[in-house]
Amino acid sequence: MAERYELKQKEVWDGNMAAAHALRQAQVDVVAAYPITPSTPIVQNYAQFLADGYVDGEFIMVESEHSAMSACVGAAAAGGRVATATSSQGYALMVEVLYQASGMRLPIVMTVVNRALASPLNIHGDHSDLYLGRDAGWIHIIANNPQEAYDLTLCAFRIGEDERVRLPVTTNQDGFLVSHTAQVVEPLQDEEAYKFIGEYKALNPMLDTKNPVTYGAQTEEEWHFEHKANQHKALMESFPVIEEVFNEFEKVSGRKYNVVETYKLDDADIALVLMGSAYETAMLAVDKAREEGIKVGLLMPRVFRPFPYNEVAEKLKNVKAIAALDRSAPMGTTGALYNEVAGALAAKGQSAIMTNYIYGLGGRDTTVEHILEVIRETEKNAKAGKRVTDLQGFINLRGPKLSFN
Amino acid sequence: MATPKEMLTTWDKVQFGAVLPAFEDPEHKKRSKFHSYNYSVADWRVEKPVFNRELCIDCDFCWVSCPDSCFIVEEVVNKRGKKQAKIVGINYNLCKGCAVCVEVCPTPIKSLLMFPEYVDNDEALKQWPTKDNK
Repeated sequence: MAERYELKQKEVWDGNMAAAHALRQAQVDVVAAYPITPSTPIVQNYAQFLADGYVDGEFIMVESEHSAMSACVGAAAAGGRVATATSSQGYALMVEVLYQASGMRLPIVMTVVNRALASPLNIHGDHSDLYLGRDAGWIHIIANNPQEAYDLTLCAFRIGEDERVRLPVTTNQDGFLVSHTAQVVEPLQDEEAYKFIGEYKALNPMLDTKNPVTYGAQTEEEWHFEHKANQHKALMESFPVIEEVFNEFEKVSGRKYNVVETYKLDDADIALVLMGSAYETAMLAVDKAREEGIKVGLLMPRVFRPFPYNEVAEKLKNVKAIAALDRSAPMGTTGALYNEVAGALAAKGQSAIMTNYIYGLGGRDTTVEHILEVIRETEKNAKAGKRVTDLQGFINLRGPKLSFN
Repeated sequence: MATPKEMLTTWDKVQFGAVLPAFEDPEHKKRSKFHSYNYSVADWRVEKPVFNRELCIDCDFCWVSCPDSCFIVEEVVNKRGKKQAKIVGINYNLCKGCAVCVEVCPTPIKSLLMFPEYVDNDEALKQWPTKDNK
């Protein structure tokens, strides 16, 4: 039996330590990982917990991230609770196996620390890796600070392992801005946390010798479509479970999470849509803008996949202008968040003046002033009743103004 | 090979995670319709393994390695009066000709060798390599 880790009511943790403690409290059976900046401390801390006797489980050292996720798939198919952590290039190397994990319906939890993708090489935070794994069939949950990284990693186990879902889940936090920024975190005690997550229930475990099964079937044109549709349905219908888990979590922690988070959106004329640590910066900007008399609010999909398009549209139905801020190089079109929000509005027959901003690539600073600038431009659009600013702008980019229409 | 129409289930009834159930007893186990046991792969074969009883030491490597459970086994009593599994042949209705059995066969002269499909088994046994010519 694992040792109990004594936790104070308030701990000072960075995002990595918070995620590592969540993995420890979940009593994961197998962690197979290949550490990569900036998520290295998650794996490092976890290995330390294991060596010190705080975890009953296996830590598998592997030769690459592709092997890490492959080992996770194997261990999850064998019937264990499985988790790993990665970032950026490691995530990119895992991508092939991410699709395998979701297709085999293995509820692996991956704590992702978002980082830019090379080239040029960059170790700092942006959402390139999150966007890369967007269509992999995983549930992607976004955390904006260490507390959320801890809370949502606990929730991730329960969501993914629910028998109505049975899908792998990532929890995302911004590299360095969250992962290496120590803040006060109020953790649950070990028993409480484990009680919340619950015992792992294996489904079709390979180690059940009485009921041997084969994982990794091949399905050609006669079957593949049906399997993928079935998998998509599980993802689309995971919202009630996610909400249920968030509600349960509120009961044990007092902290409430929503599928779509908003800030001062109720009476807002204009809205900013963004995710990650910049959401908190934007909160400060919103407060300042409101002092200037601009009625602005924020919206963030807490869950990026499945994308809560109905709820997003519902929450944005009264705003006149929207700016969607993407922290990933859009490479040839408008940003993904812009596309999702535009699609969500179009599906409901709603319309708002929409603009797209690219910000914070490779860890570039995005300050309250920068967000205020976006708010002012969006306000211009709302006042004019049509788009008078550029469709796609770049925040805090050095050089002559770059924009697209 | 096209799946027979009656075996094509709909998206809401496909196997969860494409996980295929297995069998307990090869004769009586209830298997899904699309389990390899019920789904003949014999017509994939272009070369067949031929079994040479004379050379076999009953190590059962072929039996355990065969992905399609082709090896026919008889229960016999050995010299010391103990029950033993004796390999007696190959069920060609199940064999896809993958040659894994030949690969794993440990006898100095293989007890299993691949021959073209059209060669008669008796003919194949006559062509078997000898000690001087293996």
